[in-house]
Amino acid sequence: MATSTETLQASPAAGQRRRLRTLAIVPAFNEADSIGTVLEEIRAAEPELEIVVINDASTDATAKVASAAGVSVVNLPFNVGIGGTVQTGYQYALEHGFDCAIQVDGDGQHDPREIGQVLAPILDGRADLAVGTRFVTGGGYRGTRVRRVGIRIFAGVVSLMVRQRVSDTTSGFRAVNRKALRLFADQYPHDYPEVESLVLLTRHGLCMVEVPVQMRVRETGNSSITALRATYYMIKVLLALFIGLFRRYPTPQEEP
Amino acid sequence: MTPFRVSIAAAAAALILLAVVFELIRSRRLQERYALLWLLTGLVIFVLAIWRGLLGRLSDLVGIAYPPSALFVLAAFFVLVVLLHYSTVISQLSDQNRILAQRLALLEHQLGEERGRDSEAP
Repeated sequence: MATSTETLQASPAAGQRRRLRTLAIVPAFNEADSIGTVLEEIRAAEPELEIVVINDASTDATAKVASAAGVSVVNLPFNVGIGGTVQTGYQYALEHGFDCAIQVDGDGQHDPREIGQVLAPILDGRADLAVGTRFVTGGGYRGTRVRRVGIRIFAGVVSLMVRQRVSDTTSGFRAVNRKALRLFADQYPHDYPEVESLVLLTRHGLCMVEVPVQMRVRETGNSSITALRATYYMIKVLLALFIGLFRRYPTPQEEP
Repeated sequence: MTPFRVSIAAAAAALILLAVVFELIRSRRLQERYALLWLLTGLVIFVLAIWRGLLGRLSDLVGIAYPPSALFVLAAFFVLVVLLHYSTVISQLSDQNRILAQRLALLEHQLGEERGRDSEAP
């Protein structure tokens, strides 16, 4: 299995930056109250970024608010869950020829002023995936107890599996380069995708880094994950991770 | 008490079920979310097959004279649950399928109209 240092050398040399086109993917499900602010903040912080909102069949005015902000909006015909929503964003990025993409959640928990920091390792060619993490020094995070315990367990299991210390496996504040973009556009896990996708990525021979960020308290709405569901997801994800150990993963080829 | 051979046969059957489900997930022919119920079925049957005392007590509790029958009843119950679950899944799928067909038809119509307009333009 390729270690992260090996893949690091395979990545394009740092400093050789051509102008890379980057897409901000904003997955949203019933975020009408917060998404306007999020989009404004992204524009203010990173005016170069193109933005696409993937609306997971919201029943509120999310699509309207996003369209009014003048960004591209992709409306899914029915609710497909966060995994399918984010993957739609990756497919959009791939089809529109973007070099990099960064996911910024529509609920406002990711601070757009930190996009530059999360994106930096990707633009420098230091990693294929950069995850904005709350547990590294400097990040403050409070969540429900079940979630916190779950995050700990996942962190332990995933760290073992990818042979690299991962402190927060559940963060959705993540940037990818073209290679990882192609992988995720092709296969991306369902319900609770952040954890599994980390393992998927490293097993395909790509590498990830964590970037400490400050997560904000959700501006509006409740986390869609209750204690019972969290337990169910945990069992499901652990099962998926376990069975994933017995799969083979081809290293993605260079683009034709 | 459950005959020894019944216990062995039931445990073997449960293990085969677990192995088949595992392989189906591994080869990506079965998604984890639809496999969990099967895995639970296999595990419960397996545990009751090798833990003969527990099966005996369970059958006593509900008044089944012959413990292996309890194993049957339980297996049948799980199959029912799985079937019911699939009924809900199929309902959801057919709903989504209808929505997809409608969206596609409307989009195709819209595309045709726009093409028609383009060809009329000088």
